[in-house]
Amino acid sequence: MPDAASLPPEGTPILKAFGVSKRFGGLTALDDVAISIDAGQIYGLIGPNGAGKTTFFNVITGLYTPDGGVFLLNGQAYSPSTVHRVAEAGIARTFQNIRLFAEMTALENVMVGRHVRTHGLHAGVIGAVLRTAAFKASEAAIKDHAMQLLQYVGIDRYAQSLARTLSYGDQRRLEIARALATEPVLLALDEPAAGMNATEKNGLRDLLRKIQADGKTILLIEHDVKLVMGLCDRVTVLDYGKVIAQGLPAAVQSDPAVVEAYLGTQAHA
Amino acid sequence: MSLQLPWTRKNAWIGVALLALALLLLPFVAGLFGNAWIRILAFAMLYVMLALGLNIVVGYAGLLDLGYVAFYAVGAYMYALLASPHLFEQFEWIRQTFPDGLHSSIWMVIPLSAALAAVFGVLLGFPVLRLRGDYLAIVTLGFGEIIRIFLNNLNAPINFTNGPQGISKIDPVQIGGISFGRSLDLGFITIPSVQLYYYLFLVLTVVVIVVSVRLQDSRVGRAWMAIREDEIAAKAMGIHTRNVKLLAFAMGASFGGVSGAMFAAFQGFVSPESFVLMESIVIVAMVVLGGMGNVAGVVLGAVLLYAIPEVLRLIAKPLQMAIIGDEVIAPEALRMLLFGLAMVLIMLYRPHGFIGRRHA
Repeated sequence: MPDAASLPPEGTPILKAFGVSKRFGGLTALDDVAISIDAGQIYGLIGPNGAGKTTFFNVITGLYTPDGGVFLLNGQAYSPSTVHRVAEAGIARTFQNIRLFAEMTALENVMVGRHVRTHGLHAGVIGAVLRTAAFKASEAAIKDHAMQLLQYVGIDRYAQSLARTLSYGDQRRLEIARALATEPVLLALDEPAAGMNATEKNGLRDLLRKIQADGKTILLIEHDVKLVMGLCDRVTVLDYGKVIAQGLPAAVQSDPAVVEAYLGTQAHA
Repeated sequence: MSLQLPWTRKNAWIGVALLALALLLLPFVAGLFGNAWIRILAFAMLYVMLALGLNIVVGYAGLLDLGYVAFYAVGAYMYALLASPHLFEQFEWIRQTFPDGLHSSIWMVIPLSAALAAVFGVLLGFPVLRLRGDYLAIVTLGFGEIIRIFLNNLNAPINFTNGPQGISKIDPVQIGGISFGRSLDLGFITIPSVQLYYYLFLVLTVVVIVVSVRLQDSRVGRAWMAIREDEIAAKAMGIHTRNVKLLAFAMGASFGGVSGAMFAAFQGFVSPESFVLMESIVIVAMVVLGGMGNVAGVVLGAVLLYAIPEVLRLIAKPLQMAIIGDEVIAPEALRMLLFGLAMVLIMLYRPHGFIGRRHA
């Protein structure tokens, strides 16, 4: 689905952020965090509970205003100050606690994702009320695109079901389809495997690989270390708002700082 | 689709044609019992317009507005000021500029009332952008009261609204030389003034219904509903929530403005008393009882909630006289009693309204 032609060549950073800091009152949630995600990567962001992963997500997607930091998307500086602008610039996200439009159908959920890529007079009130030819064509294209995305994530049979009636795993997939509908350059997933059983996790892994193969770049927050290690090309580990390790999954896994963060300091014998 | 065989496009058109015919003939039947009944029908149309306007704000965008009657008031006073001798009598310069007095064409009044109410909708929308639910309800309630109190007090030091006395001698609607203020003699039949208004309101109501339905199924409508369902997720999808919300307030208000202008023309008189909080509450009740976000439900809710109490008011006395031989309960008391009862029953047995949202 996502067209590879519009993407920059492999190896250029899609998202580059450095000096990122965020404080909540006296608490420093993010302290001089730097990250660089290359095109076509699945990039893992891990860390213990409260490490600042979701805060970092909320900062790069504009939900929280950072106290400092430089942000580059696709080589261009962007200011993560308003959520809808970030989406327009090309970062689409999912949420840790699923946030679908519960009383809308699965298809309509994905159609909402096309909002930001639909412009012109026909997309407004006048087009809708007069039902111009341009409006009809645009609506058909939106519906078509959304249907294809539902197929892509494998839940097209539920197109007409209300989002809230879908199973947990399918809701996660729907959220991904909705995010893909905005044609993001970076797909940011906040714990997409949370609450999934083993089968659903395998399905998710296959889906993320497929999205990667189709040329998308993915930033992934995940608790499931096994999933992250098997899936990600690069990993950053956060602890207490600081980057404690960064690099290839295997190297990060054996890093003493990471082991300490996850398991605690070994008591001296 | 094969399961719904009778509901083909052709059959749908036949259904629409029959419904249109029924609505055209309805006032002739109602008229047999007196013009008061046609008047009820005409007012029901005004309330359908109001309820559909509020449905855009409450039903589509999920923003609870308890001061909606303010837009009705804005439309009504706009027409009242532009088509009555009030300003002419108050201001010297108007007497000089318009020596024949202020008379406004309906073709100017309809778009102008929609636009002015939309401006007021945005004025209300701006300060409440960050509010939701109960908080939003309280602020909008305040807004409705502010407008009414302004209308009540803007008679001094400069008399704009004539205060509590209201504005009278408002021109009736005039279309193509036909004045809606008198009955129309077609030779073989005479159509009373109220019936002319009924037809005008019917046409406007149809327009409002078409606009509502078409907006619902569009990019704008989906954006409204996305905000209703989850504002943060809607933002993350790139929806400019501020503009989209303001659009909902403006669109919803514009229907109320048109309805208000029609009300002023129909009554020939407006005063702040017509725009009290209770009116706002009744309109919210129409939307909620009918089925938030569902156009057919809201139309039904508006017609039932307006018409049933009015019908009761008309028949309560004769009915009581016939059965008991005395008037035990005043019609007005009975009306509120049944209104309350209907609300309780519907919320108990049909919490999503007569007709719920599309799929529920």
